[in-house]
Amino acid sequence: MRRDYILEVKNLAVRLGNVSVIDNLSFKVKRGEILTIVGPNGAGKTVLLRTLLGFLPHQGEINWQKGVKIGYLPQGLTFLKVRDLPLSVKEFFLLKTKNENKIQRCLSLVGLPDKEIYTKRIGDLSGGQFQRMLIAWALINEPQVLLFDEPTTGVDIGGAKTIYSLLFNCWKEYNLTIILVTHDLNIVYKYSTNVLCLNKDRFCYGPPQNILTPEALKRIYGPEIKFYKHQH
Amino acid sequence: MSSLVLSLVSGISIGGLAAYLGTLMLQKRMSLVAGPLGHLTLPGVALALLYGFDVSIGAFPFVILGIILIWLLELRTKLPPEALTAIIFASGVAIAFLFLPLKQAEVALVGDITRVNLIDTIVSVIVCFVLFLVIRKIFPQMILINISEDLAKVEGVDIKKYNFLYLLAIGIIVSLGVKLVGSLLTAALVAIPSAAARNLSKNLHSYTLLAPIFGIISAVSGILVYYFTKLPAGPIIILINTLIFVISAIFKRKP
Repeated sequence: MRRDYILEVKNLAVRLGNVSVIDNLSFKVKRGEILTIVGPNGAGKTVLLRTLLGFLPHQGEINWQKGVKIGYLPQGLTFLKVRDLPLSVKEFFLLKTKNENKIQRCLSLVGLPDKEIYTKRIGDLSGGQFQRMLIAWALINEPQVLLFDEPTTGVDIGGAKTIYSLLFNCWKEYNLTIILVTHDLNIVYKYSTNVLCLNKDRFCYGPPQNILTPEALKRIYGPEIKFYKHQH
Repeated sequence: MSSLVLSLVSGISIGGLAAYLGTLMLQKRMSLVAGPLGHLTLPGVALALLYGFDVSIGAFPFVILGIILIWLLELRTKLPPEALTAIIFASGVAIAFLFLPLKQAEVALVGDITRVNLIDTIVSVIVCFVLFLVIRKIFPQMILINISEDLAKVEGVDIKKYNFLYLLAIGIIVSLGVKLVGSLLTAALVAIPSAAARNLSKNLHSYTLLAPIFGIISAVSGILVYYFTKLPAGPIIILINTLIFVISAIFKRKP
């Protein structure tokens, strides 16, 4: 494998029970790239991420660069699961690292520098604060690759913008490679190096200018989709 | 050494540790699991009482056997575990009452901590101490697994291994708990102190500190009440736990 590819996927096929979710999928991710994965609900986006992480049985090849450090935020890691947990922000980070200076640096980076937040119960954070905290949590052990599954679930539009620009800053700061599942096509257009559209066993792959054309989107999402290219 | 001191030492270690493990079980919504597991220790407790050995030693193999049977039957029948648990634990109770003279039934059902001798106590304290270290070691990983199994896997947590250690800990605690409060009431030993502690806690530190404190207060006061009134210690321990819970519910922090 050439060194500048951090991930190579060849002829990947995933079946869940008797249903083929992903079939004959191939793509490569370069170091420093932002790859976004788009597609309608049920297209297999989350399945793909979980397969890349080695959680699901598959056919074909998934080759990560040797020794690469991966950070991951699963979908729907929302309040529901942690709301009732008597767990402070500090304690949540201590599950991952014992270095408290690092924790505070990381929280400052995502705009949560207050001491007050540090000792707050996770369930008492606002939706946006919670999501930013998760990004800090994913970054704390300095992974080279970040896998994000819809990081703005449960955050309003303004909040989502903040999350994405934050993610983009972290990408620059840490020289990250990001694989991102999102529904927000504007974000895809603005930040992605490459886009992978999934819909059952069909897929398309390439830079967003080539992929996010009205015709291609119709093929993937159906005729109702509307998307306008931003004029920069 | 006086039997009061031995009872207190056993009660403190078992009550405290059961409450500590209970904090994990409450998070995993498994507080009630200790109930049926406690019931199915009954044949073992019956044997121990008939032949005069430590009830926890009698109980332990039956808990483990029960867990394995439930697991095997689930694989085979695909019935929900709660249905299988009901079958297994009711059978355990039925078998025990075929053999157990009624006189000893009360001890089996609600425990009698005042029967412990020096060796029992030493064994309990050592087992509790080792188990405390194990639970403390697996605690962060168990919390992470509880938040998201995928998240735990990415962090390199071997979920099967941790769940196995956790189940084993439950088995041991139930066996020890039988000695303190009997087969009927073991669930309360893990469930109530942790529930009370959660009412009053906004972080893990106070949660995992308060629960054992409540467990220990209940065990000590239950045994002391027995000493002065001869009311059975097991039920008193549970009722003091309940009292603490009610007080905690009154003082519960507003969200």
